[in-house]
Amino acid sequence: MNEQDTPILSINNLSKQFGPGCAHCRTGEADRLIKNYCPKCGAVYACQQISFDLYPGEVFGIVGESGSGKSTLMQCLYFDQEVSGGEAYIRTYKNGKVNLFGESSQQKRYIRNHQMGKVYQNPILGLRMGFSSIGNIAEKLIAAGSRDVGSMEARGRELLEHVNIPSRRMKEPPKNFSGGMQQRVQIAKALSNNPPILLLDEVTTGLDLSVQASVLDLIKQLQRELNISIIIVSHDLGVIRMLADRTMVMLDGKVIEYGLTDQILEDPQHRYTQQLVHSLL
Amino acid sequence: MNIAYNFAFFDEGSKREIRRATLKAIAIPGYQVPFASREMPIARGWGTGGLQLTLSLIGKNDILKVIDQGADESVNAVNIKKLVAKTTGVKTVDDTAEATLIQSRHRIPEIPLHEHQILVLQVPLPEPLRYFEPSEFITKHLHAEKEYSGSWLMLFEQIMKYGNMSTDADHPVMVHDRYVMAPSPIPRFDNPKMDHSDALILLGAGREKKVYAVPPYTKVVSLAFDDYSFEVERFEGACCRLCGAEDVFLDELIQEETGETLHQCNDTSYCISRLNEGSASTTRTAAKIGGVAE
Repeated sequence: MNEQDTPILSINNLSKQFGPGCAHCRTGEADRLIKNYCPKCGAVYACQQISFDLYPGEVFGIVGESGSGKSTLMQCLYFDQEVSGGEAYIRTYKNGKVNLFGESSQQKRYIRNHQMGKVYQNPILGLRMGFSSIGNIAEKLIAAGSRDVGSMEARGRELLEHVNIPSRRMKEPPKNFSGGMQQRVQIAKALSNNPPILLLDEVTTGLDLSVQASVLDLIKQLQRELNISIIIVSHDLGVIRMLADRTMVMLDGKVIEYGLTDQILEDPQHRYTQQLVHSLL
Repeated sequence: MNIAYNFAFFDEGSKREIRRATLKAIAIPGYQVPFASREMPIARGWGTGGLQLTLSLIGKNDILKVIDQGADESVNAVNIKKLVAKTTGVKTVDDTAEATLIQSRHRIPEIPLHEHQILVLQVPLPEPLRYFEPSEFITKHLHAEKEYSGSWLMLFEQIMKYGNMSTDADHPVMVHDRYVMAPSPIPRFDNPKMDHSDALILLGAGREKKVYAVPPYTKVVSLAFDDYSFEVERFEGACCRLCGAEDVFLDELIQEETGETLHQCNDTSYCISRLNEGSASTTRTAAKIGGVAE
């Protein structure tokens, strides 16, 4: 089989629930829940049985309204939250034979530092605002085992230049930067270990249009150059249209539709997707 | 009124609780063991952690030495020494070699310690990752997972800002290849003395309620990068103005009137013993010491 045909990341039946659940909702029958929560016990089923594959060099989009479980899914993938059930396999980690969610927290840290990068919607979550920008990049390199200041500094410089942070500001802490610059520092940090997988969670939300465009440009350019696989979450269909090869639509913690981005946008099948596409300004 | 204190101020139950925490600390080198830090007759932050360790360990035959920043006669050292002496009746000394129990703030004595001694260090901030991560819940997890990127990141930041590792004191160390530990604010100069030390080293933080230890002959390595190695402070060309010692930790004294910089041993008892050994009989040196005291 071709290299490109085997998924780099496979997710099987990922579930995340908040609250223990009760006899009423545990059966998993959809009509017993109001949206994604149980009216009897208040348990929230944030992600329900989500499965997908991510292929090398692909950009995979996830769309859905607020509260549909997109960010929870991303947090589970980056081990920011424990999953309630399901499996994940990365081809480059133990030959893709070991379920990542079953690994020890030390191993999870290793996977985070060697196999993945993540850019959060809110830079405060992804950066240490009081440390220098170059230190932020070094943090990920140190975590991955580097103990050489010279090479870390060179790598940090290279990445920050790549994302257009002027070199005279590299030693400044991100708290001094504008939102767009902070987001670009986050991208540089996420890329520092050449991760095969990059997770982008609402990266352009809250940025003004011209900055949005430059951040998107940057992502597209990096993806072409480095051939990384990207999962991008957004509620902005414009972003998805521009970047994603394939798209998955989520609603109330479930996948309601997925396929090629063009297909989803031109010929939406599910009622919600139709509404979403037609409400595009 | 004469209050009859229990021997060493504490009741026996308190001593036992602190000793139990101390034993655990020795069993797990570098691990911070929580203990029930007690209200002491001195303020928190003035050495209550060290004092509690000292009081829980001291026996009738012990000989006590207390130092504060290298000096036996500073207010803090004298107060602690008096309190312990009054409630135990043990002998107190300045001579490092004679003491069996040494409580110290921010220095390890110049004379190498030996097997039958215990060094107690006072610690203001026992958590080496605190500046990196404010939450105790998270730092506990980081220690458990041996995840010390934060310690290296803090050193990296210093190199970026100042061009070298500028920790003047409390340079983090890796103990027994497992726990990163704050060695208390001793100068970098003293860090190597912890490595394979003959004496037991105990560290107590009263305000933060933690006890930790470096057992004798334990590997202690100061954190460093491949291309920026750990270096102790150097005083090239300078020597003690009193005893002439060169390879010791020196205080820098700037004379305000003349603008002249003078150096002097930081460890006062070491300096005095050198003076006594050498030219102590000459009146010149005696006069000089008299001059310092004024």
